[in-house]
Amino acid sequence: MPEGSIYITRSSAIAARALAGEMMVMNSANSTFFTLNEVATAIFQAADGRTPLQQIVRDTICEQFDVDPEQALTDAEQFVAELSSHGILLVSSEPLSAEASR
Amino acid sequence: MTGTQKVACVEIGGISIALSTGDEGFLRLLHQRYDGFLSSSQPEFELEFDLTAKQTVSDDDVRVNRDGHEWLLQRGDFQARWDPRTGRGKVHQNSNPYSLDSVLRILHSLILAQRGGFLLHAASAICEGQSFLFSGVSGAGKTTMTRLAPADVTLLTDEISYLRPRADGYAAFGTPFAGELARPGENCAAPVCALFFLEQGQENRIDELSQAEGVRRLMRNILFFAEDRALVEKLLATACDFVAKVPIRRLTFYPDTRVWDEVRNFARNFNCELPGVPANA
Repeated sequence: MPEGSIYITRSSAIAARALAGEMMVMNSANSTFFTLNEVATAIFQAADGRTPLQQIVRDTICEQFDVDPEQALTDAEQFVAELSSHGILLVSSEPLSAEASR
Repeated sequence: MTGTQKVACVEIGGISIALSTGDEGFLRLLHQRYDGFLSSSQPEFELEFDLTAKQTVSDDDVRVNRDGHEWLLQRGDFQARWDPRTGRGKVHQNSNPYSLDSVLRILHSLILAQRGGFLLHAASAICEGQSFLFSGVSGAGKTTMTRLAPADVTLLTDEISYLRPRADGYAAFGTPFAGELARPGENCAAPVCALFFLEQGQENRIDELSQAEGVRRLMRNILFFAEDRALVEKLLATACDFVAKVPIRRLTFYPDTRVWDEVRNFARNFNCELPGVPANA
């Protein structure tokens, strides 16, 4: 496991649906609702609990979108922190199951 | 149910719920409050009221979650249990009508979610055989739209719209749940022509919204309280289906009667015609 890696997975309490390039996400625990843009959607879909965030940014975000890798990682970390605070994503320093209970 | 229980059967959106109580005063309240929505048809569901709760009003948040097979509905002024397998439930509250309205709205939101419908924070009205929904934040103009409605427009509600799927779209039903207008809607229904999200401005204008924006706004205005992933997934799927079938627009309006000309013109230009919906579909 690479040192300092963070792993992300989707909470089992959420419902999600893609529409016109955006991901609609609702947390059933508190009825908060989010729409994710294309980059955020790519991170959300890649959140399998096994792939480190750094790798998701390098292999998915930087491959699909024309972004600076360093800036992309900073933005991804901010995005993950925000969705984590709302119970949408779960974050760990170790691999997680694909969909985890909060 | 004991022999002293009396029942008022209240039918909203074609869903009939028997409300039973042993208290004559509460029974009178039920008849007054839901006049126009009382039904003699066989009820699908039943709620039995125990009026011994002490707290009359509450600013607490509603909590709706599963307790085994039952739904548990709680707020400071009421606690209710409802078993969807039997269709029966018990409500512990006092005789406050606002608690009663809340319990009924929550129960309908649970039943509707399973059936592909929902309650929407919106005014609705029937104009030329089709229904129009007007949603938005508090103060956006829901009640104003109903006050400005011409005489030939039938009010379904100025506060909580009741929506159910039909073969070719959705139908809006009248509800007894009134907002600032303090007047219940008519007990009838019509196919939905359009959902307008209201904004007040200096002119009347209708703008398109993207499907994603439509779902975003719709989800923010749906009344839904259950902490249940399966039901939330169903609701999100319903919202996407609704937006795919019903035109969603932003209606910027200057608060005078001409805004209804805009609504009529939209219906004529958009050709909203859908099959008719019987009042008690």
